[in-house]
Amino acid sequence: MTTTAFLNTPELLDQLQSGEVTSTDLVTTCLDRIAKVDDHIGAFLNVDRDAALQQAVNIDERRQAGETLGPLAGVPVAVKDNICANGTRTTCASRMLEEFVPPYDAHVIQLLRQADAVLIGRTNLDEFAMGSSCENSAFQSTRNPWDTERTPGGSSGGSAAAVAAGMTPLSIGSDTGGSIRQPAAFCGVVGMKPTYGRVSRYGLVAFASSLDQIGPFANDVTGAAFLLEALSGHDQRDSTSIDCPVPAYSQTLDQPLGGLRIGIAKEHFIEGLDAEVEQAVHAAVDVYRSLGAEVKQVTLPHSQYCVAVYYIVAPSEASSNLARYDGVHYGHRATDFENMVDMYSASRGEAFGDEVKRRIMLGTYALSAGYYDAYYLKALKVRRLIRQDFDRAFEDVDVIASPVTPTPAFKIGELIDDPLAMYLTDMYTISANLAGTPGISLPCGFSSDGLPIGLQLQAAPFEEERLLRAARMYEREAEWHTQRPSVPSHSTS
Amino acid sequence: MKVTTIVGLEVHVQLLTRTKIFCGCVNRFNPNAPNTQTCPVCLGLPGSLPVMNEEAFRLSLITAMSLNCELASFTKWDRKQYYYPDLPKAYQISQYDLPFSHDGWLDVSTDEGEPRRIRINRAHLEEDAGKNTHDESGRGGDSHVDLNRCGTPLLEIVSEPDIRSAAEAKAYLEDLHLLLTYLGVSDCNMQEGSLRCDANVNLHIEQDDGETIATPIVEVKNLNSFRGVEASIAYEAERQQNEFAETGLKIGDPGAPAKTTRGWNAERGVTIAQRIKEEASDYRYFPDPDLMPVTVSEEQLADVRSGLCEFPAVRRARIEEDYGLSKYDASVVINQGQDFADYFEAVAQVCGDGKQAANWVTQNVLRELNERRVALDEFPISAGILAALLQQIVGGQLTVKSGREVFDELLSGHDEGTPPSEDRITEIVEDKGLAMPSDTGELDALIDATIAAHEKAVDDIRNGKLQAAGPLIGKVMRQLKGSDPQAVRQRIIERIQQT
Amino acid sequence: MSELTADDVKKVASLARLTLAEGDVARYQEQLGNVLNYVDRLDEVDTTDVEPMAHAIETVNVFRQDEPRDSLDREQALANAPQTDGTYFLVPAILDEG
Repeated sequence: MTTTAFLNTPELLDQLQSGEVTSTDLVTTCLDRIAKVDDHIGAFLNVDRDAALQQAVNIDERRQAGETLGPLAGVPVAVKDNICANGTRTTCASRMLEEFVPPYDAHVIQLLRQADAVLIGRTNLDEFAMGSSCENSAFQSTRNPWDTERTPGGSSGGSAAAVAAGMTPLSIGSDTGGSIRQPAAFCGVVGMKPTYGRVSRYGLVAFASSLDQIGPFANDVTGAAFLLEALSGHDQRDSTSIDCPVPAYSQTLDQPLGGLRIGIAKEHFIEGLDAEVEQAVHAAVDVYRSLGAEVKQVTLPHSQYCVAVYYIVAPSEASSNLARYDGVHYGHRATDFENMVDMYSASRGEAFGDEVKRRIMLGTYALSAGYYDAYYLKALKVRRLIRQDFDRAFEDVDVIASPVTPTPAFKIGELIDDPLAMYLTDMYTISANLAGTPGISLPCGFSSDGLPIGLQLQAAPFEEERLLRAARMYEREAEWHTQRPSVPSHSTS
Repeated sequence: MKVTTIVGLEVHVQLLTRTKIFCGCVNRFNPNAPNTQTCPVCLGLPGSLPVMNEEAFRLSLITAMSLNCELASFTKWDRKQYYYPDLPKAYQISQYDLPFSHDGWLDVSTDEGEPRRIRINRAHLEEDAGKNTHDESGRGGDSHVDLNRCGTPLLEIVSEPDIRSAAEAKAYLEDLHLLLTYLGVSDCNMQEGSLRCDANVNLHIEQDDGETIATPIVEVKNLNSFRGVEASIAYEAERQQNEFAETGLKIGDPGAPAKTTRGWNAERGVTIAQRIKEEASDYRYFPDPDLMPVTVSEEQLADVRSGLCEFPAVRRARIEEDYGLSKYDASVVINQGQDFADYFEAVAQVCGDGKQAANWVTQNVLRELNERRVALDEFPISAGILAALLQQIVGGQLTVKSGREVFDELLSGHDEGTPPSEDRITEIVEDKGLAMPSDTGELDALIDATIAAHEKAVDDIRNGKLQAAGPLIGKVMRQLKGSDPQAVRQRIIERIQQT
Repeated sequence: MSELTADDVKKVASLARLTLAEGDVARYQEQLGNVLNYVDRLDEVDTTDVEPMAHAIETVNVFRQDEPRDSLDREQALANAPQTDGTYFLVPAILDEG
């Protein structure tokens, strides 16, 4: 019996539970695949082969001994390199944290360990999760497995590409303005941002605290449901974690939703939206119609302000969250400086990349004396209006369907010199972060260039169960998720 | 020319919680083991998050309530951003525009009797920073950073500029100190930095033409003793007056900074101008997205209020009145804190003699507590037992001297394993034969007989030669063992004056 | 809002403790200026009587009990520090005010 990371999570769990394959087999398969293809993709920043195999061996031994194992026992999960794991270098793809080794586990890492998942490696991202292409990583670019000239999206591009290229069946990322959903769409996998507060942020290196949320990647909706179930739940160490029961998503997933109401917002279908993307999304809505769903128009009048609000709120919080990297208690310290203040500025100036500096300056400006009311406070007020748009829309519909991105994956280098153009690619995903609502991205077709196109579904806060079931309804019917890229690999292996 | 000193105080008080404000590290002064009381949260490590300590907030509410503050029904936490090595996150979690309390007052006792009311502008809750130690050698060596203190809950209490002299500033701080220790919200140990103070000082100078002008405000920092507060303000007032005489610079003048900062140098007894930190005023406050706001309902306030004790100033006045104590004794009792005042009142009520009770608790009990280094709740002689002992003294069955013997014996018995009890008192009195004659009739009969037998001495006493009583006392004492010579002397004089 | 000047960029960089290369200032001025111009569209929105929304999900009164938890060993606390003497974090001499 052979195994592959392209199998879905229930199939893998079946294989492992029945003893057809061991976790060691599965992890070895994944490690071999990484060795074979990741030179071309660059999804991983760090893979500790021995440590991963050791975890697998332990789980196999415990299974052999008849122990009760966790729900993801033996299944590899890759982790975005901005989520702290005790004793594991956590770099945030920044020179600043190149040597940083946290002395503690993030809450989600604890949960994954409790679930007996195998932590297979650390994935690439835009530095401190700031970016939409992985080009802002201080260490390497990640390439899109469907077209290595193109970006995998970002910031969780490494986690998305790793799943898309079959290097791991599951991975986790963080989503501040679309950083899970956008790379999922670009790479043709499933990615989900849960409701803000559903998954603990404890141990996630903060970018913008009121927007950040950890979520799953998988090659199908079922995998995402299994992984989300393992990640969710209240954590007393995160004041913004919400104490609200977690449904068994994986159990109800295949029950279709009767009387499902799908919302379409006219504000989502505007100039700048690629025709093929628009077509694919409409086609997906038609699938829902054919499944008996009612399709209704909704209006999100403030969605045109999302990007503007986001690029004030996120940099403001980031400017504060990243102030701690000053070369005193951890992180990079410059060697050449004249005094204390100079040491701060030199260390930060040297170790932060361009985009991080840009956002820190933007946020510092927005919070500084004389500008706070005009920028930061104003943005927080419009943020509430955006949330109220959603509240009203979700009175009429269960799920809002939209594109994830205006275009399929763009080319590496295409937008790197035009930050504003890059920011505008986040226009469909940002609102869920501002409003705190859950959103999922799943494959809904391909462009004429053979690039994956994503469908975004959004629901009201804490309606992840409904969201996953709605996504699964479509996926089962459309089956786009079964398509695989042909990834270049070493000719020798 | 009339010169008035105008002072407002900003007092920082560390709260007496078990753990730090946002994490589970112990809240303990521990400079001898640097960097041993830290965790990812108070180190500000990437990914860590703060969670508010409920007890810190409760103690803050109690304090604000006892300072007669209005309590906000909605309050939030803000980040105050600046770079300093003792502040690992490069921001301090504090409260900016919506502090949990505002607009209160503290009545400060004065020598004139009538208290002075000093208004409180606000009290807000924040986190303390760590501690930097600088190379004192002048060779520019590295500074050391210890983060043990980082994250200690800190209450900032800001007064209005209502204080009118250095002495009044000291009195305000003393009364605040008393209130906070009495409430048990802080140990206010100034040597350890649990109570620190900055003073905003300027002068109002009434000129000959009747116009009053104000000198520029100076913030004097680093005041960590009552004496320092008083001395630095006195120094600063004089300095400002001299400066004004020289420059004529007043507040708001072109070239006069709105506020300057000076540090108090206790050794030299002077304030020294401090360099203003670059852009120090642009703290870029904004609401901390990691912490949720707090709402306080009327019921919660009522709950806290119902658990509140009588405030020290009120109680001091009451026990002075109720038990006939001197101002001094009442202060000693109150200054020892709530438990001690409770103990005193319990003893005083049962024994029926407040003065006697005050003497015993402020002398014998306090001395033993200090020698034994124990808190009152660990002290072997309960208020009930002490009261039973004092009852016998007040009732005349025991002399004060014998009472002390019993008291000491109760304690040494305790140390040897016999717990003090009322029965123990009876035992000790019997064993040592300390009991005074049970009815004064026996004593009086003896005294009368003795008086009758010594007419010369009696006449001398009547004529004011009180030392003539000596031999009479001796005669009585020989026949009545265990009597208190003072009491016998007193009785002899009384009987002589009655006859 | 008014145009972002080169001085604004320098002031912000200093406030944020970022050393910028001289050539960077003009580039950041242009890029940040573009973003700020874009953001100015928020002025169109009437936000009278709208409460600011600082949190994505708005709850209140999240507290922890005053229960001690283990601290890190000193060695762990200092493990990531660029410079220590094994007891303290070390920083270049702080020119203390005064």
